[in-house]
Amino acid sequence: MNSKLNLNQELIGRARESARKVADDTQIFIDRHTTVAVERAVCRLLGIDGVNGVDVPLPNVAVEHLCDRGLISQGAAFYIGSAMAETGLSPQQIAEKIDSGELDLSRLPIHDRSAIEKAVMPSVEAALARIRGNVQKRREYLGRFGDKEGPYLYVIVATGNIYEDIVQAKAAAKQGADIIAVIRTTGQSLLDYVPYGATTEGFGGTYATQENFRLMRAALDETGEELGRYIRLCNYCSGLCMPEIAAMGAFERLDVMLNDALYGILFRDINMKRTIVDQYFSRVINAFAGVIINTGEDNYLTTADAVEEAHTVLASQFLNEQFALKAGLPEEQQGLGHAFEISPDVENGFLFELAQAQMVREIFPKAPLKYMPPTKFMTGNIFRGHVQDALFNMVTIMSGQKLHLLGMLTEAIHTPFMSDRALAIENAQYIFRTMKDLGGELVFKDGGIMQQRADEVLTKACLLLEEIEELKLFGTLERGIFANIKRPQNGGKGLSGVIQKGDHYFNPFIDLMKGGERK
Amino acid sequence: MSAGLYNMSRSDTDKSFDPTRLCAYGDTMNDSKVQLSFTLPVRNDDKGAEAARQLAKKMGIPEPSVVHRQTLDKEFTFYIVYGACAYSVDYTAIHVQDAETETMEMEEVNEYIRRNIGRKVVVVGASTGTDAHTVGIDAVINRKGFAGRYGLERYDMIEAYNLGSQVPNEEFVEKAVELNADVLLVSQTVTQKDIHIRNLTELVELLEAEGLRSRFILCCGGARITHELAKELGYDAGFGAGKYADDVAAFAVTEMVRRNIK
Repeated sequence: MNSKLNLNQELIGRARESARKVADDTQIFIDRHTTVAVERAVCRLLGIDGVNGVDVPLPNVAVEHLCDRGLISQGAAFYIGSAMAETGLSPQQIAEKIDSGELDLSRLPIHDRSAIEKAVMPSVEAALARIRGNVQKRREYLGRFGDKEGPYLYVIVATGNIYEDIVQAKAAAKQGADIIAVIRTTGQSLLDYVPYGATTEGFGGTYATQENFRLMRAALDETGEELGRYIRLCNYCSGLCMPEIAAMGAFERLDVMLNDALYGILFRDINMKRTIVDQYFSRVINAFAGVIINTGEDNYLTTADAVEEAHTVLASQFLNEQFALKAGLPEEQQGLGHAFEISPDVENGFLFELAQAQMVREIFPKAPLKYMPPTKFMTGNIFRGHVQDALFNMVTIMSGQKLHLLGMLTEAIHTPFMSDRALAIENAQYIFRTMKDLGGELVFKDGGIMQQRADEVLTKACLLLEEIEELKLFGTLERGIFANIKRPQNGGKGLSGVIQKGDHYFNPFIDLMKGGERK
Repeated sequence: MSAGLYNMSRSDTDKSFDPTRLCAYGDTMNDSKVQLSFTLPVRNDDKGAEAARQLAKKMGIPEPSVVHRQTLDKEFTFYIVYGACAYSVDYTAIHVQDAETETMEMEEVNEYIRRNIGRKVVVVGASTGTDAHTVGIDAVINRKGFAGRYGLERYDMIEAYNLGSQVPNEEFVEKAVELNADVLLVSQTVTQKDIHIRNLTELVELLEAEGLRSRFILCCGGARITHELAKELGYDAGFGAGKYADDVAAFAVTEMVRRNIK
């Protein structure tokens, strides 16, 4: 790809290096800690599923049992493995007996590490085999149908009822959507457990449950077969259950997951230590499962100004890239996020948007960038809104964005009607068809508005990252540098679920998943 | 299909403006032209189009034109309809409740507070319940404001707290008490299945149950909020589209003085 922006490569290198140092420093903290959500994800991967008589998920039952007895610091796999060696029961049976009170893991003898590994490895291998099978299946579909060139049309369904979502999702796929995201019900990110089973009630979205994942996956596969296209499924791996949702998604062949390193801290007031440890394991799982993650920088611009704070988006993308690499997540699976959020009143605003999008494209050449539509300046004037979305569509096709989240003309009014979605798809397809190669035909003026704008944003991002390198990540978040939101190190939700690892800590999945075998 | 777009048969329509019989305006006085669009869960064929026409007739459009129909799925079709609406309204008989306060600008509000209240007014705002959108509350509270009207954070005599989005009503009330608020602002931007009404009602009930309702000036705002709706739900005022921080501030401080809150 020829550079249109004549970006200062030395600055890019410096910015990346600063981000790497921030991630290195943070990783020291991550490696020393686990969380209740990480351990529940381990339980799920070991095959523990279902709920007890009062709807508490069995992974929560098992992990709370270990927490109550002061055992969690060695990891769920350590004690469950030891109990397997002792009793010959499966992880699921152990969880059920913990729930019924028949089993108390603090009263069982502790087996040595090799006995624990021997007992637990068949369950570990079964999980890995299931996930590998899903990766294989996705590859088969893509081999058979081919993958789409150009931007993926990404639409959202959000009825609250998984069965209604399926109707909407199938219709959207037939209209041309490539990725269906099932928005989660409001507030799910703050639940410290994952609900169970198919659900039909939700506000502004539908619960992320493993059964809902399975139902939607089956529906999209069916429609995909009909259309001869692979329809990707997206959900939200954020909040207090990041790694658990990653595990569920890996089991049910989700293709895309929202999975930002910092989003929960900034926008859901989740404790920073909790999120930073959770994001790591969730990304290890997503990496292994071949899932494209989406990062959430676009959200910064819903609270901060898109012209003045554009460099914070870029700085955060550099950080997300480094945290993802730490978790073994390759660039090809890094859907770094940004958004078209400059006010329509800004003169040359479109040029700034295009410069930013092109800059991100050139700085992260392999990443399937996620580009979000206008939301902040969408109004009840749906007719203007449709034009705003058209300009957004033009930026995508001219600058090679990949995960293109379609803007809805009724963005400021309600969750999309079926017709809103169809109009959005029609709008994007029209622009993508008639402007397909426009980007390749254009050269930006040397030293012109767009080159200057990109240089300014890159320079500021580089300086900011050098400042973050000094402050370290936690210090940066305390000062409100991202999205103008300040978060105290020991504030927010979920801190009590962060645990320092013990001397015998055992999580068999991290090494095996990071060892690759995805190919 | 296009009959009614240029309706020659109605050339006898009286073209003078009559406020007692106000009707929609397309390009000629009293032509009553309206546009609407909707989806029907049926296949895209002539029978579906006729169904769309009949539905439009029942909505008060005697001769509707289905100008566009488009398949959304096998059993779903989108229609765009134009026509002349048979109804009119008496404009002279309409009385809209507005938050009846003379708007003051930022400095006038500050001065009014200094003179009549003599201390900083504490305003606590949030987008409550399930609503994740902060556009509305940000426009009113954040320093920068919106459309050139500064937000409440910039007012010298106002201490403003923006609690952000998805704040549960219980937490909102708790925080309001803790901060010793005078004025509560609740924003509801995007809502689904009218959940905003339920949410706004719940807040009022909560305040009443805790005996706190009279302690606060309670306002709500959002694209679908009107002053009338707000009053109906038990709020002191409601602010819809086109209202800004200064409108809210002016109402709140005059209401405080009226109620003798000091």
